[in-house]
Amino acid sequence: MNVPLSHVLVVAALLFAVGGLCAACRRNVLMILVGVEFMLTAASTAFVGGALAHGNLDGQAAVILVMGLAAAEAALGLALLVHARRGGGTTDIDGYRRLSGE
Amino acid sequence: MTALGALFYLLSAVMLAAAGLAATRRNPIHAVCCAVVAFLASAGVFTVLGAPLPGALQVVVYAGAIMVLFLFIIMLLGLPVGQGSVPATRLAAPGVLVGASLVALFTLLIRDPAGLTPLPAATAAPGAVGAVLFGDYWLAVEAVSILLFAALAAVLLLGRARRGHKGGEPA
Repeated sequence: MNVPLSHVLVVAALLFAVGGLCAACRRNVLMILVGVEFMLTAASTAFVGGALAHGNLDGQAAVILVMGLAAAEAALGLALLVHARRGGGTTDIDGYRRLSGE
Repeated sequence: MTALGALFYLLSAVMLAAAGLAATRRNPIHAVCCAVVAFLASAGVFTVLGAPLPGALQVVVYAGAIMVLFLFIIMLLGLPVGQGSVPATRLAAPGVLVGASLVALFTLLIRDPAGLTPLPAATAAPGAVGAVLFGDYWLAVEAVSILLFAALAAVLLLGRARRGHKGGEPA
C-alpha cells in the first residue's frame, strides 16, 4: 500500500512527542494523564506497524495488552485525583508538595 | 499511491492535529473532545495498517470508556475553565528538547534502508489475533487481569477512605 515502515514510525514518534509535551508542560493533573494516554497510543501505533512489517501477530497482541494497562492506569489516576480533590486539594500539579498528610 | 496509503496519511494528519490541539487547549472539556477525535483517527490508522481488532478495541476502550471517564471526572470536579491555548513560553524549553530528540530519531530512520520498503497490504483476522494472545501470551493476559483487579481494589479503597475521613475518623 506504498507506506514504508519508517513513515509509520515517524507518525508514532510525533504522537509520542505531542503526548510527552502535554505531560511535561501542562499543570492540570487531568491533562498530564491525557498526555500519558497519547504516549501509550503512539507505542501501540509502532506495535501495529511492526506487526505488519514482520508479518506476524505478536504486535497486535501487545496492543491489546497495552490497552488493559492504559485502562488500569486511567482508572487509578482519576480515582486518586478525585480523592485528593475531595480532601481539599487542587487539580494543579504544583499544589502537591507533601508526601504525608490527610 | 494507492487509496489505502492516502487514507493512512490523511488519518495520521487528523490524529496528530487533534492531539496537538488537545495538548494546548486550556479548557479541559475542549481538550478531551479533541483527544476523542485523535483516538478515533488512531483507530482508523490501526485498521488501515491491517489490525481491525485493535482498531475496534481502540474505539470501544479509549474513545468510548477512558475518554468518557475523563469527561465524567471533569464535570464531577467542576474544574476551573480556562480560555484559549497554553502560552508558548511554557512550551519552549521542553519543546526544544523534544524537537532535538525527534531530529536525532529521524536521521536514524532515514539511514536505515530496510525501513523504506513499502509495507504489504494485509488484514489480520480477529480470531487469529485472539489465538496468539491467549496462546503465546497467556501469562501476560493473566498479569494484565491481576493489574486490573489491583486497580479495582485500590479505587474501592480510596472511595472507602474518603467516606471514613468525612465521618470524623482518621483515614
